[in-house]
Amino acid sequence: MNFAVLQFPASNCDQDAVHVLQHLGHDARLLWHKEPSLGTVDAVIVPGGFSYGDYLRTGAIARFSPVMQALRRFADNGGFVLGICNGFQILCEAHLLPGALVRNRSLQFCCETVYLKSATADSPFTNKIPADKWLRVPIAHGEGCYFADDETLAKLRARGQILWQYCDESGALTDAANPNGSLLNIAGVCNERRNVAGLMPHPERASEGILGSEDGRLIFESLIETLSHSTAAAVA
Amino acid sequence: MSEPAITPELVAKHNLTPEEYQKILEILGRTPTYTELGIFSVMWSEHCSYKNTRPLLKGFPTKSATVLVGAGEENAGILDMGDGIAIAFKIESHNHPSAVEPFQGAATGVGGIVRDIFTMGARPVCALNSLRFGELSNPEVRRLFSGVVSGIAHYGNCFGIPTLGGEVYFDKSYEGNPLVNAFCLGVLRHEQITRGAAHGVGNPVFYVGPATGRDGLAGAAFASQDLTEESAEHQRGAVQVGDPFMEKLVCEACLELLATGAVAGMQDMGAAGLTCSTCETAARAGTGIEIELDRVPQRAPGMTSYEIMLSESQERMLVVVHRGREEEVQRIFDKWDLPWAHIGTVTDSGRMVVRHGGRIVVDIPAKQIADESPVYQREAREPKYLQEVRAFRLDGMADTLDAVGELKRLLAWPSIASKHWVYRQYDHQVRAGTVVLPGSDAAVIRIKADSLPVMSAELAAKVGDKPVPEKLLALSVDCNATYVYLDPYEGGKIAVAEAARNLACSGAVPLGATDNLNFGNPHNPEIFWQIQESVRGLADACRAFHAPVTGGNVSLYNQNPGGPIDPTPTVALVGLIADPAHITTQWFRDEGDAIILLGDAVDLADPLRGLGGSAHLQVAHGKKTGTPPRMNLEKEKTLHTTLLGLIQSGSVKSAHDCSEGGLAVAVAECCISQCVARGTPRLIGAELNLTLPPGVRLDALLFGETQSRVVISVADHDAVKVVERARLMGVPAARIGTVGGAPLSVAVGEARLTWSLQELHDLWWSSIDRLMQ
Repeated sequence: MNFAVLQFPASNCDQDAVHVLQHLGHDARLLWHKEPSLGTVDAVIVPGGFSYGDYLRTGAIARFSPVMQALRRFADNGGFVLGICNGFQILCEAHLLPGALVRNRSLQFCCETVYLKSATADSPFTNKIPADKWLRVPIAHGEGCYFADDETLAKLRARGQILWQYCDESGALTDAANPNGSLLNIAGVCNERRNVAGLMPHPERASEGILGSEDGRLIFESLIETLSHSTAAAVA
Repeated sequence: MSEPAITPELVAKHNLTPEEYQKILEILGRTPTYTELGIFSVMWSEHCSYKNTRPLLKGFPTKSATVLVGAGEENAGILDMGDGIAIAFKIESHNHPSAVEPFQGAATGVGGIVRDIFTMGARPVCALNSLRFGELSNPEVRRLFSGVVSGIAHYGNCFGIPTLGGEVYFDKSYEGNPLVNAFCLGVLRHEQITRGAAHGVGNPVFYVGPATGRDGLAGAAFASQDLTEESAEHQRGAVQVGDPFMEKLVCEACLELLATGAVAGMQDMGAAGLTCSTCETAARAGTGIEIELDRVPQRAPGMTSYEIMLSESQERMLVVVHRGREEEVQRIFDKWDLPWAHIGTVTDSGRMVVRHGGRIVVDIPAKQIADESPVYQREAREPKYLQEVRAFRLDGMADTLDAVGELKRLLAWPSIASKHWVYRQYDHQVRAGTVVLPGSDAAVIRIKADSLPVMSAELAAKVGDKPVPEKLLALSVDCNATYVYLDPYEGGKIAVAEAARNLACSGAVPLGATDNLNFGNPHNPEIFWQIQESVRGLADACRAFHAPVTGGNVSLYNQNPGGPIDPTPTVALVGLIADPAHITTQWFRDEGDAIILLGDAVDLADPLRGLGGSAHLQVAHGKKTGTPPRMNLEKEKTLHTTLLGLIQSGSVKSAHDCSEGGLAVAVAECCISQCVARGTPRLIGAELNLTLPPGVRLDALLFGETQSRVVISVADHDAVKVVERARLMGVPAARIGTVGGAPLSVAVGEARLTWSLQELHDLWWSSIDRLMQ
């Protein structure tokens, strides 16, 4: 497969996303935020970092980059997009995903390993994750508390758009397992069309044995599986 | 604009002595301008010139076959790590700014050290820090602690460098004068080493980065004075404001720029800003440099030449470009939306000439100001307090009657307790290279292809498509300042030995060291003696472990109205792990494994049995005294070689060094310190059978800090073999117990002590959290 990884000023997980995709045997290249077009790609990763220093509000400036217009067209055409951490924040700011990410409940940046429960296997991003498997992946963010109004939350639930939730080692969605105060322990969601998803945890940091967990691979492998069945690549 | 007249009072205000001023007159052959006076003041401050410590620093081992750039040559030293790959690393202090404004002070400390590393042409790949604060019961200390940690987190996380850990100690002596030492390591190919030299007469000099403001005026000079009550008010203007976003852009742009081959030399504007970067680059190249201040981007209107030259506005770089290649440079700066300006030219005059408003405001021989600062041999005198320290005996002090409670108190003691409150605020996994997370003896990181800066076309052609072999580095930063206070020479040796022991426990062999010498006012002969003796200790130990010192930092005048800080010569060691199979962590792994103590249970030659300066003495008896445990470097080195041999043979399942809190704390940490995920510790019990040697007290056996000891666990069937092998190598070794069971239980003769792991874990894990709530 052929991936583009967007690069904003002060993206800092861009190389990691390229690394893991190449490690899994796929082509991945960085795409500078000033590019007006994505070229031919099978899927796009919006990586983690502090785009534009996250000044003003996380992701708030990045959404105006030229590449984001191309990304919007790509998503509108059904192209697959995965946002990780700051990428998730940018996709929410750009209204490609519902809801918002606000300051962690602790008011502190938080870097630790969490357990993630996949709420559904029925998505391009979770289809390879066994129902009884909690993913052990790290988080690293200061503004990862997922927030949406009640109506949106109800819709997300009804349409199965909640993809990942923070859980404890037994799979229970407890308050103690919730690292940032996210509503419904939400760690990641997808759009209604199910081709755009975002999550705060970093699967790219948990995709190789030497890093202590390979669980994150399941998310990339789900996407790759989906792409291998999808017809012509979307273009934007 | 009229400048102030140069009077003796003005000279004194610049912290220059009458003798130093005389030397300035000799160098210039005339009265300096106001700007020149400011320049001499910062360049001859301790921070920039090491004028008080240079003779001592000569004692460090600085050469070896692997040293590619040595101590003092450049912004950071560089070591070869094989296969054409090298590492650049350094530690630097930001103590005074952090005392005045903890968040920005600490943040810009990180920014400064990261810049030192990419200035060398290396890609920064990890950071560590070493912190000291007063006691957390004081709300002002909590404010400083919290501000410093969030400042480091803010800068490092946004820049995108994993902060792999470090150390934090709490002691009254640091009240009002916290220590913030930041370490950074970068990776590059040998051919990518960049020099901070202004080569090539006629080459243009570029300024890149944000505009120069009045922030951080003369920070280097400020760092070289005692902190006083008034400091907070008067010196706030000397603290810089950091912008990690800008630093990330400057770093990426500079690495991209270096790959064009258009750069003749590069230097960051750190301490003493534009002043230091211009005269040092000229001095290194033996050239001159001429700059025009009207071309320097300025944030505020009407800035004087004095202000522009001494400003320490952050994230700025000076780049010397090969003539004719200016456009390539401009194109890259524009891509990254970075402000830049062509501010001057390299000359053959040997002088640093600065023009402002059509006038020459500075005209100084570059070499003389950069390299010929005054050097002082200060008076040293053994401190009086040491007589009392040496006279201390255990006789009048009862042995422990509550060993169970004592272990709990030690684990909850902030200097020993888990530092996860700190490191969870740092992104420690960005760059997908962190192999051993904070919380074990040493952090381990892998170096892979994308750890290296992008190559020039020429270098890429030379290297071809040969894959970059993955390499594993272990890092540790250490200093038990209580030991150094009580015996500077032994304490200095122990700081290095403990860092080296941590590396050995993780499966690594030391490559090199960087040190940060934090002390009080060197004009006090007793303080200077502390510096002299502890440097001697560091040097001897670095020699013993074949760890050349590649550079570092000296921070003096660390005192507040209450007195000087404990002498704190922090040492960071970097080591190489030969094979991923050798990576070893500190926690016990499997039930039924044998627990073996490598080293003596108690040093019988030590009248205090390892309790001098111990955490036990401080926690249980409120005493910070007694001669600390002795360090025999030969013995220590044999321990490391033996441990590494055992690790390489595949027998060792865990290894943890015995340090503060002694054997009991070490074993408890082996049982409780593995963290699987949030709220999910892995607790694994242990049963120890200890024998009290004749004439040894229980507190000494459990909590004594005899040096050169490591607790390892091995499979039951390997135990006999491992003990024999260690003894054969000359290391005392004995099986002291077995991994497994729900509690930690220790039998000593008839006595049986038992602890619930849940309780120990909670005390150890949450104690700092509770104090910070």
